[in-house]
Amino acid sequence: MAPDAAVLVILTVVGAATPLLFAALGELVVEKSGVLNLGVEGMMILGAVSAFAVAVSTGSGALGVVAGMLAGMAMAFIFGVLTLTLAANQVATGLALTIFGLGLSSLMGASFIGIPVEPLAKLSIPGISQIPIIGPLFFGHDALVYLSFAAVVAIAWFLKKSRAGMILRAVGESDISAHSIGYNVIAVRYRAVLFGGAMAGLGGAFLSLSYTPLWNEGMTAGRGWIALALVVFSSWRPWRLLVGAYLFGGVTILQLYTQGAGGLGIPAQVMSMLPYLATILVLAVIAAGPWKGRLDAPACLGKPFRPST
Amino acid sequence: MSLSTSFKIEPRREIPRSLLYATPLLAVVLTVVAGFFIFLFMGYDPFLSLYHFFVSPLLTFYGLSELMVKAAPLIMIGVGLAIGFRANVWNIGAEGQLTLGAITGGVVALAFWNQEGIWILPLMCIAGILGGMAYAAIPAFLKTHLNVNEILTSLMLTYVATLFLSTLVYGPLKDPMGFNFPQSRMFGDSALLPILLEGTRMHLGTVLALLIAVAGWVLMTFTIVGFQIRVLGQAPAAARFAGFSRTKLIWLCLMISGGLAGLAGTFEVSGPIGQLIPVITPGYGFTAIIVAFLGRLHPLGIILSGLLMALSYIGGENAQVEVGLPQAVTGVFQGLLLFFLLASDFLVRYRIRRRAAVPQAVGAAQPAE
Repeated sequence: MAPDAAVLVILTVVGAATPLLFAALGELVVEKSGVLNLGVEGMMILGAVSAFAVAVSTGSGALGVVAGMLAGMAMAFIFGVLTLTLAANQVATGLALTIFGLGLSSLMGASFIGIPVEPLAKLSIPGISQIPIIGPLFFGHDALVYLSFAAVVAIAWFLKKSRAGMILRAVGESDISAHSIGYNVIAVRYRAVLFGGAMAGLGGAFLSLSYTPLWNEGMTAGRGWIALALVVFSSWRPWRLLVGAYLFGGVTILQLYTQGAGGLGIPAQVMSMLPYLATILVLAVIAAGPWKGRLDAPACLGKPFRPST
Repeated sequence: MSLSTSFKIEPRREIPRSLLYATPLLAVVLTVVAGFFIFLFMGYDPFLSLYHFFVSPLLTFYGLSELMVKAAPLIMIGVGLAIGFRANVWNIGAEGQLTLGAITGGVVALAFWNQEGIWILPLMCIAGILGGMAYAAIPAFLKTHLNVNEILTSLMLTYVATLFLSTLVYGPLKDPMGFNFPQSRMFGDSALLPILLEGTRMHLGTVLALLIAVAGWVLMTFTIVGFQIRVLGQAPAAARFAGFSRTKLIWLCLMISGGLAGLAGTFEVSGPIGQLIPVITPGYGFTAIIVAFLGRLHPLGIILSGLLMALSYIGGENAQVEVGLPQAVTGVFQGLLLFFLLASDFLVRYRIRRRAAVPQAVGAAQPAE
């Protein structure tokens, strides 16, 4: 059945795109506030392992998701203390966060390797979820997938329309001016960084509880870094981020399916390179293309700020 | 009238050298203290664990020689990365450049596997350097021509390099007599680095790594290029006014760090490993980033920090054997160390002064410290 097969493919694309979308949305908000957190990979994987551990121990997927978010926030808090309070180099701190997160996650997850977990419950509306094609496409996902779409809408609204969102953007565009008209730059950035951590943790939780309901060392496999690239790709716009995440989800799945189909004579490892090569290509195209995405980068991105008084 | 004291944080005008070099030690001490509590929390005897992590590997001759074997790639890569970091060129894909260097060097070794000659090893080293350079040229080109962030590109290429190595050892470079194991032939004797001390794995590369660090120091301290690199990093505007070519310097930084990482890769496969296998590095390329920072981006400091981080690998293995600690503790320690170092940097760049809050009414007459 061709339509059914197509539906199946789209469902797996959704699975591959959702963790990227969560992590990248969080980072987008962080970067809009003028902070560059390169530790997404570390926050994501700690979120994945924490969510998995809690879900297995308590039997509750919801608690697992909460744990994943909290773990991401805890990591983000470390980042905040170092870069915001102590004005440390954001690039170096982000790298440290990733190294630390990868190490800590394999330490925490050692006893959970090979243990199955009950995947997050899928939405099931009697009658509607069973409708061919439309049912599984729109009414058969777990709550996090719907949440990721809601997050796009909410963040787009927040940044564009809300007062707090405008303050956040002001802080990211000109920290000194924002400070001089009385906004607490550091506090705004702390909130953004913690939000970014929660979203990365959420992305990690989705990975270990829904996409591949298993814990594996290093299972994020560079998704945190791809999320960072997606933010550049989107030129800091939530809706473009949605497109980017699904594009990358598509590339990931394309690669998996061609491997499954005998790989067209191409070794599996070469196909696995695709998402990473696509990331580089996209970054290059964005930089070279007529859009000149980087013109939209927040002006204070990556620059430490310390109030002078 | 309360005379409460408050603290004032202000940037230092000049960074005291003593602090600059003392804070890495502080970071190490804090890491050990944190390690104590981590071990305690995990239910291991903290004293015994710390002893097997940090002390007992250094008590045997073989342990010391292994320290050199592991420190060599860390020092070589760290020196290269530090030169780039000084210029604000963030090559974090050294792991991939190392892998490429291992592949190109290894391919030369395999091409001449049944031949002998003292020319094979130098040829491999050249191939390794070129391999690492070629791989670093991708982020260099993208950064200088299209202004693409080198952090993301160099990192993405690391994943690609690992997969490429795996493609080769599962495919064209697989040992035809190897019972289908994913590994290449063993290199011939002429393709193996000479062992310096009988009974150890300490190879010629360990000494070369130290010489490379000295060369890096000379480059950064005594040459115009070294000066230009430092100016580009600290004052990009000044570098522009002085007419230094940003493009050339970025290329130079990436070629040096890529080349050294590639050479380190060749050393790994022609030294301790002796063939191409799917995984040739326990994350040296990433750990070297910590090595560079811990050594204060100074080539001679990097020798010390390289030895220390090598100890974290050996200590991790040793503690696993002796007290059953999971190997992942090494990564946690490395991350913690960098956290503490970055935090202690605050003390270097800012000073905290105590000032007495001046009572409002009569305060005007008193000098405010």
